[in-house]
Order: sequence, then structure tokens, then C-alpha cells
Amino acid sequence: MRAWTIEPQGDTSLIIRLGEGLDTDICRRCAHLAEELRRAALSGVTDIVPAFNSVTLHISPSLDDALSSREGLLHDIDERIAAALARPLAEHAYRVIDIPVCYGGEYGPDLAELAQHCNLDEQAVIAAHSTAAAWVLMLGFAPGAPYVGIHDPLFDLPRRATPRTHVPRGSVAVAARQTIIYPQDSPGGWHIIGRTPLRMFDPLRPSPALLAPGDCLRFVPISPEAFVREQAAS
Amino acid sequence: MSIRVIKPGMLSTFQDLGRTGSQHLGVPVCGAMDSRSHRFANLLVGNTHDAPTLEITLMGPTLRFEQTCCVAICGADLSPTLNGDPILNHRPLIAHAGDELSFGARRSGMRAYIAWRGGPTLTPVLDSASTDLRGGFGGLEGRALRAGDHFELDTRLDPMRLDKAQKLIQTLRLILPAALVPVTPGTPLRLIRHPMADLFAPDAWERLSCDTFRIHAASDRMGYRLVGPELVLRDRTPLLSEGTSMGTIQVPPDGQPIVLMADRQTTGGYAKIASVACVDLPAIAQHMPGETIQFKPLDLVQAHALLTRREAAFQQLAAQLTPLHRALDAARH
Repeated sequence: MRAWTIEPQGDTSLIIRLGEGLDTDICRRCAHLAEELRRAALSGVTDIVPAFNSVTLHISPSLDDALSSREGLLHDIDERIAAALARPLAEHAYRVIDIPVCYGGEYGPDLAELAQHCNLDEQAVIAAHSTAAAWVLMLGFAPGAPYVGIHDPLFDLPRRATPRTHVPRGSVAVAARQTIIYPQDSPGGWHIIGRTPLRMFDPLRPSPALLAPGDCLRFVPISPEAFVREQAAS
Repeated sequence: MSIRVIKPGMLSTFQDLGRTGSQHLGVPVCGAMDSRSHRFANLLVGNTHDAPTLEITLMGPTLRFEQTCCVAICGADLSPTLNGDPILNHRPLIAHAGDELSFGARRSGMRAYIAWRGGPTLTPVLDSASTDLRGGFGGLEGRALRAGDHFELDTRLDPMRLDKAQKLIQTLRLILPAALVPVTPGTPLRLIRHPMADLFAPDAWERLSCDTFRIHAASDRMGYRLVGPELVLRDRTPLLSEGTSMGTIQVPPDGQPIVLMADRQTTGGYAKIASVACVDLPAIAQHMPGETIQFKPLDLVQAHALLTRREAAFQQLAAQLTPLHRALDAARH
């Protein structure tokens, strides 16, 4: 049986699904497949959006040829998916990016509560968050905003009962075995454990988004002094 | 030499066909809510269809021209005037330095598009001039127009060399292809069933395609919230976020559908029941909060045929306008 499905979503997009449930490998597969399809420069396809277990293809509604050759496009995609899935995951290249994080204190107001909830001290929670490599599962909810995971089960928390109305830019927050990094000041309901001086998104940079789906992240604990220094430098 | 904003209007933002190509980075598409009117306005003045236009909302701005330009307005009829004299939507006109364009009472629709020959000079962000209001980038400083703003146009027209264009405009009789005529109010909008529609109770699809829905006051460029019979989710297993499109109809647990529009987030985790057909997105974008809408089903083959017909209509219209476009080209400084 084929390990994927392709379904239309309205008349201008297609959703490819590679599996069920939240699974790091499926998610990485989606990111790699999206990259391969992007490299193929498929005619009429404007966006290729990987998510946890899907890749959405957006098709320009104003291109005649893209519409009339929909059958050809489907066939082409099908072959490329088969080829991409045939390669072992380990063969796909990825970037490794260090994310400096100042954990706890004023930058991570929920760290203490989280540690208490897990019956651990704060250092143990920081170690659990920063030792294991984590993957950018997808970007969403705001420009450049990554969902990162899938972390140790100790980070399997529901969101906060009451979302905060103001979460500062760069805040690193956890819930549901994932981390998100807020690219701009915004409301938010995740548990804030630290803050990074890096900017996730800057429209004035040549590449506005710092991260892309499929990147491998290493969270590196830094001191409040280093945070202030690095923030001033960026 | 530029265009000066005397009054900004209720919500006036520069938009093009959207910031496509960056959705995998979480960047919303934005762009014109009514892309049909946006493209029509660009076509009338001889721009490519992705040139930025000014999307104006309900209460239009007052703009003063400080140079000669060719301008056209399409979409909602917001009683446009030039120096106080009524002018018509869907017709190009030549305006001169000192002329003032303003708007009055709304007669129909919600959003109008102002296109200038050459388009405004804006710095693109990720290949688009569209204003992302939440992200605060694109367009003019990432925000809606304010009084006192001014912007330049890419193309300068020589007032001494505009005789031919002026004559062509005066005698212009456009035959609007049927595929480009706005639907009459009350016409049901066409819907394509979503594969996820099976997650809903058996009657949900029938409710959506037969009943009447009212557009909630909290509807905006991000989405249209609809108020009507509850569309009951049969299977409440939480879903993982995935890509959404303009027109995707998602249903939160309260059973009240939301039609995702231009400023939607790139992904969403609610169950989806249908998508508004691409050709009918301009129609929903022209509906006001408080108005009612109805839907009717359409299959994918029909939807693609309608899109193809719309593209052919744009080409037919472009052919009718070729002489005017040539005359405008010849009048460039």
C-alpha cells in the first residue's frame, strides 16, 4: 500500500499526507519532501508548505497551464514522493543551528513552576531541554515562528489555562512536547522557560526567516549578561 | 512629485496578488481580498496584474495628485469623485497635478481598488508589496495609510503627450466578458467539499449548502466568521495543523464556520468542511459584516472550468485595451 495520500483542498491547493499522528520522522520526511518539490520548480505551484504530517501545495489560480495540466502535475508529484520516500531519512541533508537561550528568571517566568510540576530542579529541566537535538517541525502562527520538537515526555504539558496577553519577542516556550519561539511581541498560551537574543524574523534581512522546516536545533544555555550582549549585537 | 494622502479612509492598504512563495516560513500571503477587481484595475491602466493597488474599505481616502497620472478604480462603488465631480468605477481616467480624488457614500460592495499607471514605488518584502498588517511589513511601512503620507509612482506621464490616450479613454467602450461581471447580490457562493467533511455529522454539509449564514461583525481581512446553524463535528479527535488556503472553511468546536481570507495564518488546526471556489472569493470579499450569504456545491471539474474561463476573459479584456496601453506607453516621460 502507498504510504501517502494526495487530496485536493478547494480548487487551488493539494494536501499530501505522509502519515498519522505526531512523529519526528514523519515530520522530517515532510520537510525534506517539501524541499525536493521546491527544487523541482513545478509549473504553477506557488507555495509548498510542510507541516507535522502533511505538505500543502498551492497552485496559482491565474495560470491556465497549471490548471489544464493538473493530471500531469499529480503524476509528477506522485513520482517525486515515491523517490523521496525511497531514500533513507539519514541521507537527507539538514542544517544544524545553535539557539542561545537565557533560561529562567525574568526571561523564563514559567521555568520554576514547570520544574516544580516535574519534581525536578530548574537545572535538570534546562538540561533536558538543551541536551537533546530538536527539529524544526514546521513554521506557522506568525512569520518565522517555529514549532520545535519532539521533546522528552516531561515537556508534555497542556497550554496555560489563561494565555498571557503579552509575550516578549524571542520568548522560548514549551507545551505538548514542543517548543515555540515567539518572533514578535504577541499574546501566547505556552509556558515560557527562556528567551533567545536571536531574531526569528526580520523583514529587512536578505533571508527574513532565520529557521526553515527540517533544521536541527541545539538550545545553548547562556547567562543574562550574554543575553544582553548578544541582543545588543543583533 | 507624488500622491499625497489628505484623508486616509477607514482602512487603505497597498496590496498585490500576495506574498506567495514564503508560506513554508510561516509568512501569510495577504494580498488583495478581491483579486478580480485588483487585476481589473491594473489592466485598465496597463499594469501587469501583480502591480500593487490601493485597497480601500467602505470609507475611501482623499488623495491629491501632484503629477499627471492614469488612474482607475474597480470593485465596491464608494461614490468616487475627482475634484468633487462624480466619476465612474471600471473606467480609466487621466488626472493632473492638483486634482483631488475622494469618495462618498457606499453604494455597493466593501472594498475598492485604485490602480495607477506604473503603480506606486514600494520596497518589496519577500517579493511582494502587499501590506502585512499584523507582521507590520510590506506596503507603506507595514501599515494602513495615514493623513500626511505620500508615495511616488513608478511611471511619469508627460501631460503634453497624452492627447491620444485621452481620446481613446473618451471613446472607450469596454465589453465586459460575462466571467468578469460581479455576481448579483444574493447569488449563492459556490463551495467545494473538503475531504475532511466526513469528520462532521451527516447533516452538516446539507446545513452549509442549504441554510443562510450571517457575517459576524468580527470579520476582517483574516477571516469571515459566519453565524448560522451549528455544524457538528462527529469526530472530535484533535487534528494536527496543516496548510490552509484563502477560501478554506474551518470550523472551531463551537460549530460556527470561518472562511479564511487574505491575511489568514499559513496553517490551521481546526476541522475543514469546504472551500469557497476561487472564482467566488471576490464576491465574499465584497460582503459586509451583518449581511447574509448562502452557498451551493460545485465540483472540482466545474471549478477549474470557471477559473479557465475567467483567465480567458482577462485576456479578452486585455486585447480590447491594447490601443490604450500603447498610447500610455508612448506618453511616458
